Amino acid sequence: MAVLSMTVNSKPVSAEAEDRTLLVYFLREQLQLTGTHIGCDTSQCGACVVHVNGQAVKSCTMFAAQAQDAQVTTIEGLAKDGKLHPVQEAFREHHGLQCGFCTPGMIMTAVDMIRRKPALDRPAIRAELEGNICRCTGYHNIVSAIEAAAKRMAGAAP
Amino acid sequence: MIPYSFTYRRAGSIADAEQLFADSGDAKFLAGGQTLIPTMKQRLASPAELIDISEIAELSFVRADAESLAIGAGTKHAAVANSGQVRRLIPALAELAETIGDPAVRHMGTLGGSLANNDPAADYPAATLALGASIRTTRRVIEADNFFIGMFSTALEDGEIIIDVTFPVAELAGYAKFPNPASRYALAGVFVARTKSGVRVAVTGAGPSVFRLPEMESALERDFSPDALTGKSVPSADLNSDIHATAEYRAHLVAVMARRAVAAALDRH
Repeated sequence: MAVLSMTVNSKPVSAEAEDRTLLVYFLREQLQLTGTHIGCDTSQCGACVVHVNGQAVKSCTMFAAQAQDAQVTTIEGLAKDGKLHPVQEAFREHHGLQCGFCTPGMIMTAVDMIRRKPALDRPAIRAELEGNICRCTGYHNIVSAIEAAAKRMAGAAP
Repeated sequence: MIPYSFTYRRAGSIADAEQLFADSGDAKFLAGGQTLIPTMKQRLASPAELIDISEIAELSFVRADAESLAIGAGTKHAAVANSGQVRRLIPALAELAETIGDPAVRHMGTLGGSLANNDPAADYPAATLALGASIRTTRRVIEADNFFIGMFSTALEDGEIIIDVTFPVAELAGYAKFPNPASRYALAGVFVARTKSGVRVAVTGAGPSVFRLPEMESALERDFSPDALTGKSVPSADLNSDIHATAEYRAHLVAVMARRAVAAALDRH
């Protein structure tokens, strides 16, 4: 057991955890941030995607200890001042979800891909979604939501 | 899934990692963890100690000169894929890195981790062997031809850490893989390279470990074109058979991927 300290959604946090604790369990069980989901638990489905130091990672495939001193952002950290993030807004507008289980990971992956590749067309969005699985197969609207968000965010940037 | 208990230690430097290893009875190095952590979660690996080498700054770099490209073992797949130097000098290597796993995996996984693990279907071993790269470790320099021993097995000794890999700049290079539609790991992947020392063809995904195809290499020495490989078949005797593909099917795929890799290499010129 060790006390881990990191910044999660812009707030400093500290909690005790075994060395073998995966980041996703640390977020969900120690910090009660249950927006990050565990789907396959084998690095394939992407329901657990969070950002560590600004990059999308699968939190089921990283130990919490590796995130010591890191900046972590989860789905709970995207909305600011009661206003949804543009990607969240676009998922709502375009109905980019069916059961919603994969949605937190889809949105965290979408935010990351828009940051890395501001010019995204539909084939590029589909390729970038390689590591996220929607078992409802609702990809069409997910792709539309990301496309719309990418356009809106490009327009908003100076 | 929860792995067996272990003690986590973070190394700040290569010297620190070696000291931590020397002080431990049963440790494994943790690089990107994208294979090791799933293996530990399945309880197929249970080291008493993990020494995290992913934060060692001196292991993460890309350095180029006119003849070669040296890439630090801790360099993430995404960094190789996006490196201007790699894209300029060996574009096929950047493209290969961009096909590993998915974007989140590429933010964590490292070149050295992939080579040290030597998964039979990993991508980097094909490029390393085809380009005739040199692997520098904390103890020596190992040529690619002597590095890959067998399935999940390399020439690395206990406690030996890969520092960097030097890839000779290729005149022509291309990579083509046929991914398993579910796992996206290569059912067969072929890297073809023509460097100053000649043409080399390396195959991943099809056998227990990456291997070369001398017959195709000599055909391509004479004529570097997909047509030079027409009719060249690959013996299936030593290839893998599993629920995804028989050895015969893999042999067929290797021949097709080899022609596509040559075409990809020529496409760029």
